[in-house]
Amino acid sequence: MLIDFFFKLKTHKLPVSIKEFLTLLEALQKGVIGSSVDDFYYLSRTTLVKDEANFDKFDRAFAEFWEGVEAIPGIEAEIPLEWLLKQAELTLTDEEKKLIESLGGWEKLMETLKKRLEEQKERHQGGNKWIGTGGTSPFGAYGFNPEGIRIGQKTSRNRSAVKVWDQREYQNLDDSVELGTRNIKVALRRLRKFARQGAPEEFDLENTINSTAKKAYLDIHMRPERRNTVKVLLLLDIGGSMDDHVKLCQEMFSAAKTEFKHLEHFYFHNCLYDFVWKDNRRRHSERTRTWDLLHKYGHDYKVIFVGDATMSPYEILQPGGSIEYFNEEAGAVWVKRMTDVYQKCVWLNPEPEEIWGYRQSVQVMKELMGGRMFPTTIGGLEKAMKVLAK
Amino acid sequence: MRFSGSEEYVSTEDLTLAVNAAITLERPLLIKGEPGTGKTMLAVQVAKALGLPLLEWHIKSTTKAQQGLYEYDAVSRLRDSQLGDPRVQDIHNYIVKGMLWQAFSRDTPCVLLIDEVDKADIEFPNDLLRELDRMEFYVYETRELVKARQRPIVFITSNNEKELPDAFLRRCFFHYIRFPEKETMEKIVDVHYPKLKKNLLREALEVFFEIREVPGLKKKPSTSELLDWLKLLLSEDIPPEALRSKDRKTIIPPLHGALLKNEQDVHLFERLVFMTRAKNN
Repeated sequence: MLIDFFFKLKTHKLPVSIKEFLTLLEALQKGVIGSSVDDFYYLSRTTLVKDEANFDKFDRAFAEFWEGVEAIPGIEAEIPLEWLLKQAELTLTDEEKKLIESLGGWEKLMETLKKRLEEQKERHQGGNKWIGTGGTSPFGAYGFNPEGIRIGQKTSRNRSAVKVWDQREYQNLDDSVELGTRNIKVALRRLRKFARQGAPEEFDLENTINSTAKKAYLDIHMRPERRNTVKVLLLLDIGGSMDDHVKLCQEMFSAAKTEFKHLEHFYFHNCLYDFVWKDNRRRHSERTRTWDLLHKYGHDYKVIFVGDATMSPYEILQPGGSIEYFNEEAGAVWVKRMTDVYQKCVWLNPEPEEIWGYRQSVQVMKELMGGRMFPTTIGGLEKAMKVLAK
Repeated sequence: MRFSGSEEYVSTEDLTLAVNAAITLERPLLIKGEPGTGKTMLAVQVAKALGLPLLEWHIKSTTKAQQGLYEYDAVSRLRDSQLGDPRVQDIHNYIVKGMLWQAFSRDTPCVLLIDEVDKADIEFPNDLLRELDRMEFYVYETRELVKARQRPIVFITSNNEKELPDAFLRRCFFHYIRFPEKETMEKIVDVHYPKLKKNLLREALEVFFEIREVPGLKKKPSTSELLDWLKLLLSEDIPPEALRSKDRKTIIPPLHGALLKNEQDVHLFERLVFMTRAKNN
């Protein structure tokens, strides 16, 4: 039976290993816990899950395994955190149950819910069809429809009555949450590459001893300090649709600035064209030609684009597509030039990954980048840094 | 050997279970959690409750894994050889035992705390894999194998500044100390200040949890800060009425400096209080 449990965790994409599973069995054999399911929950969590970001996933898998309830496919991907389906729960009286029949019964209701989830892409409040809060749609919270399925509504229920894993208290630690400066720094640290360069200022004990022993007199050796030598070129999309993501970009920028010694940043608008600029207030007077960029910064620089890549596809693919001036060469040509010169190159996109598929320009840009486009979540940033650090 | 909390430390059900699992299976227990939730205190209290000696190894950014095993003091051997000291013949005289070696060489079990493992270099945990798994290591200078006579109970704390490698995590039990809820918090305060007046505690806790909910704080006050604040309230003999008002959001709680450690947070908090006050008038 426990082997099934192990595979259940695997299907929920939890990184569990056989060694940890054997440890759990060993603990059970040695009688660490009694026979209560709560104890088993705590024990299996402490042996199998090694990151609090995965606690939520584990809770879901555990509930599913022990209740025998099948998860509704796709639901975890579709609903953002704050209005997450805590549990699809029915609070019905007999009369209300009759009303449900009018909609075609529970199963029909769930079916419709699934369909709505697929259609709906944005947070919603009020109204009478979409899922959200305060409306009369059967789906959502704080609403008036008696056939309603309650989604993520906070109810003041007696804590002890709810099973521990059903409370899902760790949901905000899932690693798809937005970034804070500290988290960004931790992710950026993956890029560290230490080397000894510059003036010898540090006392080198080992070499001193070696050469003192060889020469039979005290021979002091010095060596340069270890420094982070990674060079980063940061290109930020600014203005227009990026206004929604200003806070995130600021955080990312300030984190990167303290982390790297060799960091150069430039701005562009929507797509990369003939020139970029360093100061947004003087963007029309002080421009840097993109050619100069390519010549000045060696190919050992790692390039990070930050932008939502949301525009008309013409702005990327056609000469003269820029909305600001007439560009003689298409944006795609310039992006191609960058990726040719800089082997280590990624695009970070602050828009949620689920909606990329619906925007043609994002698809085009992703293709131009050779698939190296990542969302700006902790998970996405880490993946991006892995690609850059290879 | 079983741990079930102590008089000075309130241990939740899941934490107790994790500690006992680690003790029974003789594997390290990795503890994460917000700063000030009592990660380091846990090891101290477990040692005290079980009556075992505690060895502490505090990690800094410059700490190397080797330093926990042993260090070869080449410089003093070099100096001794120049001075013709007879001790120089025996290399054992220049090998300084680290915390792990000290823990391994004990005849009775002990508690070993490896504090703030995330402060060290990224490679640090990888260098300790065999040492923590098999509890043995090899001393190259003297060509001997050091093996634990009694496997120590190992606690490792982390503030999550660096990700730990999978191979390391697989060898540990893991527990995340969540921020305590009101009931647990009352128990914790009761353990520290048993004579605290009930109404002062209630008022203080409400103020405390309200401050924690202020959006945009850089550093939320934690358990240890609450305890400090209560200590101040007690020593200044502040009556519970001072914490109470018709609308609690319109007063700045006395001695709030003990709770908010950051200039910007204090500013933000004062501004919020000022704004609600202006709205109410």
